[in-house]
Amino acid sequence: MFSYHLNKKAFAIATAATLLLVALVFIGSRKLQNFDAALIAYLFGTVFATFGIVYRYAVWLQRPPTWLYFKRTWQILFSGRFLPYLWLFLRKSVRNIGFQYFIRSRGARRWWGHFLMATGCMLAFAVTIPLTLGWIHFTMDPATGLDPAGVKLYEAHVFGFRVFTFKLGSIIASLVFNILSWSSWLVIIGVALFMFRRFTNGGLIATQSFGGDWLPLVLLVAISVTGLGLAYDYSFLGGTAYEFMAVTHAVTVIIFLVWIPFGKFFHIIQRPAQIGVYLYHAEGRRKGMAVCRHTGKEFTSKQHVDDLKALTKELGIDFTINENTSHLDYSPEGKRSALAQAHLKARESSGRYFG
Amino acid sequence: METANFYKTEMEFFIDMQRCIGCQACVVACAECETNGQDSMIHVNYVDRAHTIQTTVQVCMHCEDPVCARVCPADAISKDEFGVVHTANTARCIGCSNCVMACPFGVPFKQEKYDLMMKCNLCYDRTSAGKKPMCATVCPSGALYYGTREGMRKMRPQSDPVNHFLFGKEAVTTKVNIMMPKGATMLKVHG
Repeated sequence: MFSYHLNKKAFAIATAATLLLVALVFIGSRKLQNFDAALIAYLFGTVFATFGIVYRYAVWLQRPPTWLYFKRTWQILFSGRFLPYLWLFLRKSVRNIGFQYFIRSRGARRWWGHFLMATGCMLAFAVTIPLTLGWIHFTMDPATGLDPAGVKLYEAHVFGFRVFTFKLGSIIASLVFNILSWSSWLVIIGVALFMFRRFTNGGLIATQSFGGDWLPLVLLVAISVTGLGLAYDYSFLGGTAYEFMAVTHAVTVIIFLVWIPFGKFFHIIQRPAQIGVYLYHAEGRRKGMAVCRHTGKEFTSKQHVDDLKALTKELGIDFTINENTSHLDYSPEGKRSALAQAHLKARESSGRYFG
Repeated sequence: METANFYKTEMEFFIDMQRCIGCQACVVACAECETNGQDSMIHVNYVDRAHTIQTTVQVCMHCEDPVCARVCPADAISKDEFGVVHTANTARCIGCSNCVMACPFGVPFKQEKYDLMMKCNLCYDRTSAGKKPMCATVCPSGALYYGTREGMRKMRPQSDPVNHFLFGKEAVTTKVNIMMPKGATMLKVHG
């Protein structure tokens, strides 16, 4: 049976974030003056997704291990070593969030697939979210619009302020108007590479699930294909299938938005936590390493061992051996050896090593 | 996780580390497991090299209430309906190493090159299809065995399988068994 316990703290934070977003829609679109009413369904999807994402993120942060890293990340970043850690933060963000470089060593094709998918999605988010919220809109420069023979100028406005102007028919105009089509192609190629992997890799075949692994890929393809359908329909077919494409595209995008907090796409929101981990380990190494009681070798930072001792206690796990020692003072190799030695001792005292 | 219907629930994993001869056959075989992507997830190490050549072998014990999953900040580790604790979800793992340092058996690996935790998942590509894990198929000394409890009792009448452990004050129960002297019910580490 489905049962659900409302997390009041998360609900309050998510409600506040959603109201803030709605307020920013009003402000950013100049009291809806610049809001594109054709995008109303997308707006509702985005508002719901904001609530869901913030709610789940707030619930996630309340888990003791998650809170530990969240808290430590900001403590370390704003410590006395702000500039070197800010540099590390930015460097790792570009490398691991922008380019997902950590996936490259897991396989070149896998990285290309993920990079194309993620880049396509990020470009599409960067364009569609501000458009949907009414924060960006385009107008024709009225002076150039009146002259039929003159070069037409297009103006981009952000939050109601004119930000830049470009000529219709220029390369910039082509890039701006077709960026979503290019994003769709990137996503389609990336998804194809991932689908090929999921069809052929024995390990993935054994562990994958439809809802967790295939549905996200299918959904991304559906969004991209219907999006391309919209653009190519009015470019090449005179808009004959426009309504159908518009409705199917809206449906797929809204399913995607509403599903972000619940499914695999939530990893997009979780991934930046990895940057915090780099800061945590850099600070840990600087403060000093813990030495294993069995191997006599350094194995992780003292900070990590101390934090794990506190964390396990908080979770109701007690590895305390005596006043001064914990099982957590042993490295993984030390732990395995301690287990083997205890096993040997038990065998010895029974009088039989085998049997 | 949707799992195949071929998993044999009557089959269990038994370890007897006193039988480990350090041949590393399991280490090589483990890399054949497709769920690991050719990285070996089994540990064979000397127990106390200064005094003995005894080696020990360790696979994931698949705890009932896995500490690795509880200390994971990213919800990346899950246990399925057969009690198999799966390796980190690649989309979620943030490479913090909490699981590596907190696992009482010292099992998970932090693969620095992938920025990812990986561990034994009982050769899920094989066990979910009714086959034995790779390591258990190649172990020449019987340190690693995968079969029925009855079969094990017949082979080792002087031993009992034990899956309760005490690490400090923490009691841990596992899916995988360790072969102990007859009558033993628990292995107390740091005794």
